[in-house]
Amino acid sequence: MADTLRYRDDEPVDHPAVTVDSFLDQSNASAVRIEPGDDARELLPHLERLALVEVNFPAFGDGRGYSSARILREAGYEGELRAVGDVLVDQLAYMRRCGFDAFEPDQQLDMDDVKAAFERWPEVYQKAADTRTPIWTKRHA
Amino acid sequence: MYKYDQYDQTMVDARVEEFRDQARRRLEGKLTEDQFKPLRLMNGLYLQLHAYMLRVAIPYGTLDSRQMHALADIADKYDRGYGHFTTRQNIQYNWIKLEDAADILADLAKVEMHAIQTSGNCIRNISSDHFAGAAADELVDPRPYAELLRQWSSFHPEFSYLPRKFKIAVIASEKDRAAMRLHDIGINIVKNEAGELGAAFYVGGGMGRTPMIAPCINPFVPLDQLVTYAEACLRVYNRHGRRDNKYKARIKILVHELGAEEYTRQVEAEFAHLLDQGVEPPLVELERIKTYFEDPLFETGAAADLDRSDPDFALWVDRNTIAHKAEGYASVVISLKPVGGIPGDATAEQMRLMADLAKDYSFDELRVMHTQNIVLPHVRQADLHALWTALDGAGLGSPNLDTVEDIIACPGLDYCSLANARSIPIAQKISERFAQTGKTGTLGELKLKISGCINACGHHHAGHIGILGVDRKGVENYQLLLGGSEAEDVSLAKITGPGFDENGIVDAVETVTTVYERQRHDGERFVDTYRRIGMDPFKEALYG
Repeated sequence: MADTLRYRDDEPVDHPAVTVDSFLDQSNASAVRIEPGDDARELLPHLERLALVEVNFPAFGDGRGYSSARILREAGYEGELRAVGDVLVDQLAYMRRCGFDAFEPDQQLDMDDVKAAFERWPEVYQKAADTRTPIWTKRHA
Repeated sequence: MYKYDQYDQTMVDARVEEFRDQARRRLEGKLTEDQFKPLRLMNGLYLQLHAYMLRVAIPYGTLDSRQMHALADIADKYDRGYGHFTTRQNIQYNWIKLEDAADILADLAKVEMHAIQTSGNCIRNISSDHFAGAAADELVDPRPYAELLRQWSSFHPEFSYLPRKFKIAVIASEKDRAAMRLHDIGINIVKNEAGELGAAFYVGGGMGRTPMIAPCINPFVPLDQLVTYAEACLRVYNRHGRRDNKYKARIKILVHELGAEEYTRQVEAEFAHLLDQGVEPPLVELERIKTYFEDPLFETGAAADLDRSDPDFALWVDRNTIAHKAEGYASVVISLKPVGGIPGDATAEQMRLMADLAKDYSFDELRVMHTQNIVLPHVRQADLHALWTALDGAGLGSPNLDTVEDIIACPGLDYCSLANARSIPIAQKISERFAQTGKTGTLGELKLKISGCINACGHHHAGHIGILGVDRKGVENYQLLLGGSEAEDVSLAKITGPGFDENGIVDAVETVTTVYERQRHDGERFVDTYRRIGMDPFKEALYG
């Protein structure tokens, strides 16, 4: 297992994430793992007790997790949102924009490449789940 | 036309550096080919049968002479002195070396061009009406909306790993010159009863193995909600589109399996949610973009009469020029379909000539048509003769727009790693046959489209006559289809019956045109006659 990259200051959750079904069945779980086919909206009534949501990417080409992440952030989720699995360095910047603030890739990433990935885009065109100001807002500021 | 500001330039420059870095990591072995593939595809780089192919984006088909010159220079410097204009209004180069790719992207960035998202499972280059801003029949110029969507869809963080590729077309006329309803999303800019502009959304069209005509899911989306609505359409697709089978992964399958009504319900729910998320650009941004698409300074009272004494010139004017909204002007189609030639190919020299003529005669603007020809949108009628003389001298004066010689053909087995059969030689033989018999003119409008495999890049489903190349026990075989259209009378072509070999298909096309000639009523096009009399008379003639 490669290192987890974490871009938050709070203490990480110290117990493992459970499946969505199992999370919905028990009232004390605070960490859950979303699979690509899961509906992130099922978690929305329970955001209060969630501290960690892992979004699994079994294959890097399956982009459903990007929507799951944004849906959670749009609903006001402020806990840790961790991309897990086949997470590649060239995906980090977009994942960050969709609200992920932690990454647990299967394969160890080169930290120089990670740094370059996060510094890649000086501007952004769209509004997403991060705090960046889109180009079209800056143009008319 | 649109010009980059510092922001657009920054983004394209950043992309070049990103790709350079990715290519380096691939060469160093840090990226596997499987990991590199989607990254290079999102920069337009395919691995084909013989070499890499690079597809360069020409947003909504519009470019200026400086950009066309740059495309010619790339053809000379990095390829074999020619390029191929595509059915997505782009250009592709067929003989590229991987190690040159980043340098080519850098050359493109210098003239405000790129290859971003011209391939891969993401939102592709936005296409539009090739006569936008010139057509007498348009409501407004559709390109500002296409440009807004270009920016929104570029490097979209949520929609870069979609189930499959995603194509959007924007038009603003009753006349559909962009195959709007055969796109994943087709947008028609319309006016409501209050006189306000809005966007009609058609979702779930496409060609490929399972051709579908997109249903209208919302007849009027207000312009200040356009991007939000598109975002909702895409999110529903990204979450629920099939990923278990790449042949069922396009949005048309989702819309078909859910039913248009249920898909629409889900989009509307997502849309209602997204309206509160602030994803819509300010309307002033659309106004800013519109300023780049204002009319050029047309001469008032430009002469509209022509000296038609040269019959070759008169024929070309009749066939290859289109009514313009400004009096005394015309839009000119430069045919890239010389008899016996490769549809859509142009040499670097031809590109330079077209660029220079655009500068001299068309306010420095050119368009690429999805039918693989080039348009000079704004030409004074008084300049037509000089323009034609220059074009004709360079092999660019074929008077065959929308005729049986004006064939769309995919690259086929001559280049493509997916193809089952060659397309180009079939196109060459058909245009030669009809030029020889002299029937091209008498057959009138006849749209013939050839694909070398079921993926339908040559739009065979939408041809008045379509040809599909298949592999039958190791031998190329060609199926004949009739009755398709990509225009406002959109329809899908039907297969006539058993296929033909290479020479047989050319004969078969001639046979069905003979049926048409025998049966047509006054003013009927081939497709009109087919729709009136049905398939049987054609089958009878073909198979006896």
